[in-house]
Amino acid sequence: MLGKYAHLAQSLSGLREAGTNPFTVAFDEILSPTTARLNGQTVVLLGTNNYLGLTFDESCIAAAVSALETEGTGTTGSRIANGTYSAHVALEKQVATFLGRQDAMVFTTGYQANLGIMAALAGRDDHLLLDADSHASIYDGSRLSEAQVTRFRHNDPDDLYRRLRYLADKPGDKLIVVEGIYSMLGDVAPLAEFAAVKRETGAYLLVDEAHSLGVLGEHGRGLQEVAGVEADVDFVVGTFSKSLGSIGGFCASDMPGFEVLRVASRAYMFTASMPPSIAASVTQAFEVMAARPDLRQALTRNAEALYQGLSKAGFRLGPTPSPIVSVRLTKPELAVAFWNKLLARGLYVNLALPPATPARESLLRTSVSAAHSEADIRFAVDAIASVGEELGIIGATVEAAE
Amino acid sequence: MPSEEDVIATIVAVIRTLDGVTPAMADAVTPETNILRDLSLDSIAVMDFIMELETAFNTVIPLDTVAEIATVGDLARAITTEQARTAA
Repeated sequence: MLGKYAHLAQSLSGLREAGTNPFTVAFDEILSPTTARLNGQTVVLLGTNNYLGLTFDESCIAAAVSALETEGTGTTGSRIANGTYSAHVALEKQVATFLGRQDAMVFTTGYQANLGIMAALAGRDDHLLLDADSHASIYDGSRLSEAQVTRFRHNDPDDLYRRLRYLADKPGDKLIVVEGIYSMLGDVAPLAEFAAVKRETGAYLLVDEAHSLGVLGEHGRGLQEVAGVEADVDFVVGTFSKSLGSIGGFCASDMPGFEVLRVASRAYMFTASMPPSIAASVTQAFEVMAARPDLRQALTRNAEALYQGLSKAGFRLGPTPSPIVSVRLTKPELAVAFWNKLLARGLYVNLALPPATPARESLLRTSVSAAHSEADIRFAVDAIASVGEELGIIGATVEAAE
Repeated sequence: MPSEEDVIATIVAVIRTLDGVTPAMADAVTPETNILRDLSLDSIAVMDFIMELETAFNTVIPLDTVAEIATVGDLARAITTEQARTAA
């Protein structure tokens, strides 16, 4: 039964031999948004997507505790049966208001938001145009839809245009799907150019702002706000499990009749809704996010400092500074050794290996938080640079290692 | 409309550019070559291969049709059919 995973089993056993298995890390205790205890050792967390550091925000915790005590631990039901409480309705209103949209639907996770929305929007005769570096949830959503799926080159509006031209005479709606910030390298979509292609070709545009909500834009509305194209974005998808510090996903839109998706989206209908405590903490997190632009400024400062520090040290990184900063390596075994050595020095980052990575690179993926101190960032740059030199990735012996 | 032979020649030219495909492997390609097995392509490599082919042939090959394509010959027929449909 599991024989088809022999190659994965072999990779896993290789990882175990190299030290701690990066894919089965279990923290003993979370001490703060930026520190934890792991195997008895205190580590700085530099790979949590906790962009604004809101996981321990007192007002969010208080809102969750209050809902937990008054409404219980879970809803035990679907949104279309017994699983919609006033907390879910309030959260949907909050999402719509924050994004300046008519409607919003909340899903139990961000993964389910993409699954549920894409599968419901795109039918058998429709066409989905996916950026080649799309997240797994977008690929999975496209497979669940019965639509015809076409990929275009990552972040390449001309290539998208070319493919839409081939599809011009085919019947059905065309839905372009892109992300705000891409999770592996932290690169940003050329959204104004994509919006121009959308306008010219009559396609629809969905933007997944999972990593950019609360991170980009003067008000935190994501890349669509920075690019000034909110009116061109037909569907905004996002998650509550990054900048908002909890879990859940959403889709917001101005499209008339959007409500019908509540009885058409299977990932919305056939799963239990999020616990009311989660809805309450996320609603409060939106308030904090709106009231505290200083968090976004701190995040940007930390991201810039980490990117510049590692760039100066000589590492190959993503194309632009963003809260996701990835050290790009070619050899997986070197990346695994690097990851283990960082952990030994008290720094936790994410390890991303092919085929889940663009261009089959091996990545030490870090993500920065507004809650990191300047000292945390300095510690991280020093630790990464020092292990990089030890392994010959930067400094005089570069060629030998890479 | 290009002949199936021309289409296969272009497919082989694209195969030559793929990561992990040696010149010897590309030279050995025939219409019977199995894309996954003989070229050792994983699912992501296949999707990238399809994207390159679409560019080379100025067409789209919907990913849902890829499941039915096993050999280079199947692929050539799928491309020819798609081009004929677009030209019609």
